[in-house]
Amino acid sequence: MSAIAERVKQIIVEKLGVEESEVTPEANFQNDLGADSLDTVELIMEFEKEFNLSIPDDQAENIGTVGQAVAYLEENVK
Amino acid sequence: MSFKRVVITGMGALTPIGNDVSTFWKNLVAGVSGAAPITHFDAEKFRTRFACEVKGLDINNYIPRQEARKMDPFTQYAVIASDEAMKDAGFDTDTLDLDKAGVIWGTGIGGLKTFEEEVMNFSENGKTPRFNPFFIPKMIVDSASGVISIRNGFRGPNFITVSACASATNALIDAYNYIRLGMMNVCISGGSEAAVTIAGVGGFNALKALSERNDSPETASRPYDKDRDGFVLGEGGAAIILEELDHAKARGAKIYAEMIGAGMSSDAYHITAPHPEGLGAFMVMKNAVENAGLQREDIDYINTHGTSTPIGDPQEIKAIEKYFGEHAYKMSISSTKSMTGHLLGGAGAIEAAACILAIKDQVIPPTINHFTDDPEINPRLNLTFNQAQKREVNIALSNTFGFGGHNASVIFKKYEG
Repeated sequence: MSAIAERVKQIIVEKLGVEESEVTPEANFQNDLGADSLDTVELIMEFEKEFNLSIPDDQAENIGTVGQAVAYLEENVK
Repeated sequence: MSFKRVVITGMGALTPIGNDVSTFWKNLVAGVSGAAPITHFDAEKFRTRFACEVKGLDINNYIPRQEARKMDPFTQYAVIASDEAMKDAGFDTDTLDLDKAGVIWGTGIGGLKTFEEEVMNFSENGKTPRFNPFFIPKMIVDSASGVISIRNGFRGPNFITVSACASATNALIDAYNYIRLGMMNVCISGGSEAAVTIAGVGGFNALKALSERNDSPETASRPYDKDRDGFVLGEGGAAIILEELDHAKARGAKIYAEMIGAGMSSDAYHITAPHPEGLGAFMVMKNAVENAGLQREDIDYINTHGTSTPIGDPQEIKAIEKYFGEHAYKMSISSTKSMTGHLLGGAGAIEAAACILAIKDQVIPPTINHFTDDPEINPRLNLTFNQAQKREVNIALSNTFGFGGHNASVIFKKYEG
């Protein structure tokens, strides 16, 4: 697992209160990890803070799973 | 139609002198002060550096961390107190009609800490607007009643009353009236506050409302003492379960007391100062006694607003003497804020609980910290100085007055079938 993926996992565990084992690449924040739409907005904000970047709204809308978040961040974090 | 009768069937409390009802009451009767140096923030530069904080509380023992972090402390306190009260009331949730069960809560300020944190984040992060999506739902004052209703599935009337330091009393009055009118059977009422924060202490300091007795926090709240110098900010809250009498009897509920009347009035005078002759205080007690269908001689105990401010205390006392006449010297009077500090919007809730428990146990909790008589306060009054007093208590009245000139009083009576 990449360093980015590990940090993403820790944020999700912290914010959503789920077990690390549940945070698989396929896991959907809302369908699998119990997040509601506000939790998802908060997660995106946490990613922005942790990785010091800004995720535009139209990009954020495409981030629904753990894997999508990791992929976006691996591509955009400098 | 005739009005329904309303009884108290459950209570919960989270206070500076006890995190449940039994500890709160034991310490209230024992005369324990809840004041100590502030721990919630670094108060070194503040004129007042102490308060009556809730102590030894691990929120995670009551509310899962993921839920708790979406609540401001005033809502966390509301949840903890209401959970205790619901457990105490012992409803069978399978048969309770949830459409006729409501939540009417009182809060003076709401999510002050949440507001401060979000605005300070904005300021510290280059003024880039990155507000948390939970900011607004955490901060707004009605979130406490919303969260309590979600937690218990109560689908009846649901709102917050706001009248500064009279808020929780107004909540109890509304809950009482809606049950009296048959609009609900059961209500989780009460109030909470969590204003021991930077802006809370700083703001009240700016008003010169707080005691600045930093060298002796535990003796700072001294209502009716000649050397009182302001109120001591408190936090926490209490939940009171109000229930329609027949509904309570049908399920064999334990009944603490009956709520028999309430009064409201306004000073219409000044936004923070009380009316100098205590006109609003006079009217609110008169309205409450008349609403309850009582004679003034029927009142055994008044739990006063008595915040320990130089100008507030004497005007309430003047109003008591004016309204009750000779009976003012026969009843018992105390300010439990001498121990708990002033819970602002939550005050009416913990003080209603004190009245209900005074009736249950036939004992008057004291006004502690009396050292020097104030020539403005008539020594013929029994202000229950320094020690609790046993006496017959059938009927108790609780006064609360708020900035804005809001006055609200409630009356409880020993339940006699």
